[in-house]
Amino acid sequence: MSATVPPSKKTETKKAGAALGQALLVPSLAVVTGLLIGAIVIVASGASVTKAYGALFAGSFGNPINFFSALQVLFSSGDSAPLLKAIYPFTESLVTATPYIFAGLSVAVGFRCGLFNIGAEGQFFVGALCSAFVGYSLKGLPMLIHLPLALLGGALGGGIWGMIPGYLKARFGAHEVVNTIMMNWIAFKFSDWLLNGPMKASGFRPVTPNIEASAELPRFFADPLRFNLGFFLALLFAYLVYWFLFKTTLGFEIRSVGANPDAAKYAGMNIIKNFVLVMAISGGLAGLAGSAQVLGVDHWVGQGFSAGYGFDAIALALLGKSHPFGVVLAALLFGFLRSGATNMQSMAGIPIDIISIIQGLIIVFIAAPDIIRWLYRIRSLKTEETVLTRGWGK
Amino acid sequence: MTNSTVAHKSASEKRKQIAYGLTLLVVGFLIYLFFGRNTEAGVVTTFGLNLAGSQALKIPDLVVPAQTTVYMMMALVVFVGAYQLARGVRSTGLLLGILAFAFIFAFLTWAAQAKSFNLAGMLSSMLVRATPIALAALCGVISERSAVINIGAEGIMLISAQVAVVVGTLTKNLYAGLLAAILIGGVVAALHAFLVIRFKVDQIVSGVAINIFGAGITSFISSRFLQSGTNTLNNSGTFPIISIPILSKIPVLGPMLFENNIVVYLMVLVVVAMHIVLFYTPWGLRTRAVGEHPKAADTLGVNVYLIRYVNVIIGGLIAGLGGAYFTIGSVGRFDETMTAGKGFIGLAAMIFGKWNPFGAFASSMLFGFADSLQVKLQILRISIPSEFLLMAPYIVTMIVLTGIIGRAIPPAADGQPYEK
Amino acid sequence: MTHVLELQGITKRFPGVIANDQVSIALREGKILALLGENGAGKTTLMNILYGLYKPDEGQILVRGKAVDIQDPNDAIKNGIGMVHQHFMLVPVMTVTENVMLGVEPTKNGVFLDQAKVARRIREISDQYGLEVDPFAYIKDLPVGIQQRVEIIKVLYRQADILILDEPTAVLTPQEVDGLFKILQTLIEKGKSIIFITHKLKEVMHAADDITVIRLGKVVGSIDPKDATPEKLATMMVGRDVNLVVDKKPAQPKEAALVVDDLFVRDENENPAVRGVSFEVRKGEVLGVAGVQGNGQTELVYALTGLLPVEEGKIQLLGQPIHNANPRTILERGVSHVPEDRQRHGLILSFPIHDNLMLCTYYKSPFARGVVLQEKAIFSNAEELVEQYDVRTPNIYVNVGTLSGGNQQKVIIARELSRPTELLIAAQPTRGLDVGSIEYIHKQIIKKRDDGAGVMVVSSELDEILALSDRIAVMYKGRIMEILDAKKASKEYLGLLMAGIHPSETSNPQQEINL
Repeated sequence: MSATVPPSKKTETKKAGAALGQALLVPSLAVVTGLLIGAIVIVASGASVTKAYGALFAGSFGNPINFFSALQVLFSSGDSAPLLKAIYPFTESLVTATPYIFAGLSVAVGFRCGLFNIGAEGQFFVGALCSAFVGYSLKGLPMLIHLPLALLGGALGGGIWGMIPGYLKARFGAHEVVNTIMMNWIAFKFSDWLLNGPMKASGFRPVTPNIEASAELPRFFADPLRFNLGFFLALLFAYLVYWFLFKTTLGFEIRSVGANPDAAKYAGMNIIKNFVLVMAISGGLAGLAGSAQVLGVDHWVGQGFSAGYGFDAIALALLGKSHPFGVVLAALLFGFLRSGATNMQSMAGIPIDIISIIQGLIIVFIAAPDIIRWLYRIRSLKTEETVLTRGWGK
Repeated sequence: MTNSTVAHKSASEKRKQIAYGLTLLVVGFLIYLFFGRNTEAGVVTTFGLNLAGSQALKIPDLVVPAQTTVYMMMALVVFVGAYQLARGVRSTGLLLGILAFAFIFAFLTWAAQAKSFNLAGMLSSMLVRATPIALAALCGVISERSAVINIGAEGIMLISAQVAVVVGTLTKNLYAGLLAAILIGGVVAALHAFLVIRFKVDQIVSGVAINIFGAGITSFISSRFLQSGTNTLNNSGTFPIISIPILSKIPVLGPMLFENNIVVYLMVLVVVAMHIVLFYTPWGLRTRAVGEHPKAADTLGVNVYLIRYVNVIIGGLIAGLGGAYFTIGSVGRFDETMTAGKGFIGLAAMIFGKWNPFGAFASSMLFGFADSLQVKLQILRISIPSEFLLMAPYIVTMIVLTGIIGRAIPPAADGQPYEK
Repeated sequence: MTHVLELQGITKRFPGVIANDQVSIALREGKILALLGENGAGKTTLMNILYGLYKPDEGQILVRGKAVDIQDPNDAIKNGIGMVHQHFMLVPVMTVTENVMLGVEPTKNGVFLDQAKVARRIREISDQYGLEVDPFAYIKDLPVGIQQRVEIIKVLYRQADILILDEPTAVLTPQEVDGLFKILQTLIEKGKSIIFITHKLKEVMHAADDITVIRLGKVVGSIDPKDATPEKLATMMVGRDVNLVVDKKPAQPKEAALVVDDLFVRDENENPAVRGVSFEVRKGEVLGVAGVQGNGQTELVYALTGLLPVEEGKIQLLGQPIHNANPRTILERGVSHVPEDRQRHGLILSFPIHDNLMLCTYYKSPFARGVVLQEKAIFSNAEELVEQYDVRTPNIYVNVGTLSGGNQQKVIIARELSRPTELLIAAQPTRGLDVGSIEYIHKQIIKKRDDGAGVMVVSSELDEILALSDRIAVMYKGRIMEILDAKKASKEYLGLLMAGIHPSETSNPQQEINL
């Protein structure tokens, strides 16, 4: 090709600014568009959108008026009960967001290495079961030992569940998408057996016993507020994952293998090690999502415990562009949506599955930013897209 | 120089030969360990060869002495293993066939000792259970032959299953339901094609989105409408069994192949038709060329995008047929997540079948066999928890994907968007 | 004079680049027009416009004096234009017949493919033009020269009378090139007209009736082959006087850096690729490995650098065995590797320049302390190397993928040559680059030799081999035909070796090694 014009420094910075703007713009518009189409589905099913989305908002953030009047009550009479009631929806959203942060990080780490972990759901379940087991079977331990052990159990359980497809991919080139899904089904069947047999609590229902108080993630408020340490633990892990991926040699290897496995091999990196390591980390994070849910919120595990988390996690990672901080933002959004949707179901009679529909749409829009650009007539900026998957491997 | 090349060539093959031989010997030992030691002398196992209610001519059941049979199977495996070690058998397919047959037969003989096991029943349910898997696999074959990966078969089948039962119930006409299911499958696949061809969306991500969307929309509709209107919306009945005259009278094979409903027959038809189209028509030639080397096809004036659109949509129609199986072809009502991963098992069948219609069909039969075997074994109440038997198809899928049983090479351009 | 084809004022812009700027060329009926220009001059873009793969922004195309609108390859074919692409457009897993009929399939009963009919027609074309080929052979089993015949048959099957050949000699031995020119002559005699695109000066003078030279997307001028000299053409092509020979002092070979003994390697599809190769590379000399692409050179290099397993045989680096060591071990023992496929192995295109410049040493001081990356050191290293190796880039933070091919290659050269090196393995180090970059990279390679490293250069360009090497090994079908002194090597002799023919059966390759 003939004369390439070298861009000046000024246009470079301008371009970078515009790229960042669009990096935020497209996901936001994707969410808005998803909600709009969701509204159409609600109308088509014969319900009122204002009522539905009103309930969604109230369920996720609470009512601002109630909040301010509750503050007045607190200052005038010292009674905190109305305030706690007012912030309940908001804290519940953060509670819902907690496992989402972990699960989203799980899939994002996989994406960074070119691996598509659809098995977060199974890893979540296995992690939760392991945490629950550590939580109820060990007795009389101090919290400082018992809680970390329970978390570690969840991370290990999920990690091993993720490592198996990672190894199969690395050693045999077996595609992780299918294998992680198979591992999900195996996890469900396996847990059916556990919950009906070895791990069943005394009683009729197939659930585990309650965990010991020493294994619970401490809560910040009295019941019914379930807001707990797990949320801050999730934020801490988001930072750790960020540091690991972008500031360490291990993270550099992982990103290299993800961006160009052939060049990574040429540079002396061990592809097999990285695939196994990343799937173990990914599974471990998904396992921690399960742990956070068991140890912080439910305190026991039953059938269908992990329903939907795996697919949500994919949407989160895509929405957050596989960046840990992006994932946190996306998880907060989904936390608010899910938490509000529960309210929407009871108040407006809209099935909670509407959120899955919206999530499916958001994934499409994020994966095809051209659709959003075309819909809203945004000028396209040529940016390097990350490769997410590579056909059937070898 | 020449000599060393020859010797050299066989070095890795020699390793392979030894590995297979040893595997056979180990399996022989396992047969002895698990089954041989646990069967009692003088006990017989009865294999039922007649299916109740079928038109097939009655034949006597197969009654074998349990212990002798198990040891015979063990001897067969050990003999073949020893022969393999000493001389080598050319066809690995033959080896694995003997291995699988001997192991399964020994297993059944052991499991059903002193009881009766309906072999004919298991074989006839094998084809039925293989049907949705095969249709999902065929959806994959036709799409991927033109280099578009479609892992959305699961979601498409869910949507189609629901549409089939609702339309079938509303119109009181199952064929209208069938047609609607097929068409909606085509529509969803067209959406996938549009996303991955026009907008170059990552093909696997798009497929995942379809699966999420499919699960979401069907659950949404199901909980909002179908539960309250169970009888008016979600109660279609199922297709009748069509017996093919004369052929259905053949013992064992008759009930298996010639006493089925229309969905099963259509599946077999699709297998044959797809094979002919892919390998004997201009469309098939172009499809394969587009899947292997789209640029080459493009430079010869073949419209790469058109070929991909049409093939992906055809795949969707086929998956739509697969969706219809779950409701109007089987139970007559819709339940949430009733496809239970069959779409993904279909993908494994496609890979195991090396992207060929007949290959995909054969491997679907394998999964159908695993599926029906596990159901029959639950009836026998042997000492394995049913949950572990239920895991079997998923584990088989994972083993298949390792490629230990023969590596499959996908179409060269599979999964890559085409840019001019 | 009748012009069977004319391009008038063709302009094609890509973002940031003008690939063709007001290009006009004309092809006389029954003649061969050579379109000469260096890599990246815009020749291929122009031909892709002619063939309907790109649409021009300006200008028009005339076929036999009439303006035609060519929207896609179908239009080109309809107008009698056929193209033999540089990278063959053949489906490897299909037969010759299937490849030839693709897109214009005759049918039986209106439904089924009529392969027999096509095969008959292929045999006719074979006989008519001397293009011998088995219609039912699979493409993947055919040697490159035969594959090229299939491409020509494809064009003739569509009854094209204007043939475009894009760099047709790039993959052929000198003797195969002669064969190709004979075929072209036959085609001309049967009334076809040919455009022949190349960057090789001598071929042009040998085969063409007219020569048009393109530089930086513009037509520089036309010249009669009778008046052309290589120097004149090179100056027209590059725009300045070109030093066609690399300046270098005689080699001072010392002890062996690399010793390879009876090496066998299989390629990625498990087919035997290297079949019993022995040679050595001494410190302070350049061993050139010549051969037509696909004769095991790629796999040989992969095995030496740990990217493919060694099946049998020994590799020693400075007396230490390194066969089947992993790439990192080999790298740490002092091997630098400029890989053949720079975008596949050499670079991570979506990573910034500074990360690519430490791709092989990221885990070592000063780039890492423990597991923590040291960004300061990474950036200053990049600033230094970009300066030193003349990489043209706005800054070190842009992705390598945004650089031109020549600058991408310079990034690799900078990374690989900035390490202490005992042995440099450079595979196709200048493929697809412009003359300026080629000169620069050649100088760097010779400098490394003079610094005392052993150098192994693998190239399918004989000119490059002859310019750089002190000794030359020729590979054919996974074996080394002969290793000879570069001073005694002629192009013709090497060409015969590349085709698997041993000109002097008496000479023994084993002895040559021990010279």
